[in-house]
Amino acid sequence: MKFGKMKTHRRNRLLLVIFVVVMSGSGIAMALLALNENINLFYSPQEIVDGKAPVGQLIRAGGMVREGSVVRSDTDLTVSFRVSDLKNAEFTVHFEGILPDLFREGQGVIARGILRDDGEFVAEEVLAKHDEEYMPPELNDVIEQAHSEAAK
Amino acid sequence: MWNWFHKLGSPKTFYAISGSLLPYFCVLAGIMLVAGVVWALGFVPPDYQQGHTVRIMYVHVPSAILAQSSYMMMAAAGVVYLVWRIKLADIALQCAAPIGTGLTFLALITGAIWGKPTWGTWWVWDARLTSTLVLLFLFVGVMALRSAMSGKASAGRATAMLVLVGVMNLPIIKYSVDWWFTLHQPSSFSLTEKPSMPPEMWMPLLVMVLGFYLFFFCVWMLRIRTEILNREYRSRWVRELVQ
Repeated sequence: MKFGKMKTHRRNRLLLVIFVVVMSGSGIAMALLALNENINLFYSPQEIVDGKAPVGQLIRAGGMVREGSVVRSDTDLTVSFRVSDLKNAEFTVHFEGILPDLFREGQGVIARGILRDDGEFVAEEVLAKHDEEYMPPELNDVIEQAHSEAAK
Repeated sequence: MWNWFHKLGSPKTFYAISGSLLPYFCVLAGIMLVAGVVWALGFVPPDYQQGHTVRIMYVHVPSAILAQSSYMMMAAAGVVYLVWRIKLADIALQCAAPIGTGLTFLALITGAIWGKPTWGTWWVWDARLTSTLVLLFLFVGVMALRSAMSGKASAGRATAMLVLVGVMNLPIIKYSVDWWFTLHQPSSFSLTEKPSMPPEMWMPLLVMVLGFYLFFFCVWMLRIRTEILNREYRSRWVRELVQ
C-alpha cells in the first residue's frame, strides 16, 4: 500500500485519524506529566526522610520492612517496624491491628497513616506489597538452605 | 494480497470462511482451556508466600491480557472503518466491545479476590487498578454510545473515534507499574528477560493465555456472524442460506 496511490478522500481520513490519535495522546501525556507526583500511590522512605511528605496529613508511605526491626507488644496488637528503601533512608512505623498474611521482614509494605513531626509514622492500615517473584516452597527452602550454608 | 483483503471484507465471503474455520478454533479453545485449568488448579505447586492463592493468577493474568488485546483489535478495526469505510470493520468493532467488557470485569474481580488475602485490601486507587477501571468504562462507553445513536453510519464513525481516543489508556495500563509507585507489582514477564517464575508455573499460564485468545476469537467470530446476518437479512445470499 503506497501512500501516494491512496485516493484523496481516504488519505484525508487517514490523516484525520492520525491527527486525532496524536492530539489526544499528547494531551493525555501533558496531563499525566502535570499530575505526575499525585499519581504515585505512596511516598518513598527517601521522601519521608527528606521532609518532602506532608506532616500531620493522611498519606501513604511504602518501602521494605527492615530485617530484625519488627517489635511486637506482649500485651496488645501494637507493632512497630522500620521501613527502608534498602539504601540509606528509613523511618519507623507504629501500627495497632492485624497485619496482612504476607507481612514479614524483608517484604514490601504500604502504610496509610499520619507522619508525625518527629519523623515517625503512625499507620492506621498496613498493606503488603507483593513482588513479581513466584516460586514453589521447595525451591525457596533450597535457596534459604544455600544462604544459611553460605553464612556459616 | 490487496484483492484478497477486499474479498475478505465482503460480509458474504467472510461468513463462508469463518464458518469453515470456526469449529476447529472452538475445539482447540476448549482443549486449551480445559487443559490449562486442570494443570493450573491441580498440578501447579503453591507459591512460597501466597500458597494456593497463586492459582487465581491463571485466570487473572489471561483475562487482563485479553482485555487490553481486545481493545487493541477493536481500535485497529476502528481505523480500518474510519479510513476505508469497510462495513465488516464496523461490525467487528461493535462485536468486540461486550466481550472486552466481560474480560476487563473478570480481570478486576479476580484481582480484587487475590488482593484481599495478599495485600490486605480489595481495592486501592493506584495507577494500575484505576487505569484498568477506566478501560472497563471505555468498553461500556463504546456500547452505550453505539446504542444511543440511531443512524448506523454516524454511530459507527462516532464509536470508532471514541475507541481511538481511548487507545491512549493502553500504554498507561502497561507502564503504570513502571512509571509510578503502585501497589500492583510489575510484570513477571518481559520479552527481553527471563520470567521471574519457574517453568512449572509459567507454562500452564501460557496455555491459559493461548486458550483465552482462542476463546476470544471464537466468541468474536460467532458475534460477527450473527451481526452480519442481522444486517444483511434482506440480501439474496442470506435468504438462500436460510432456505
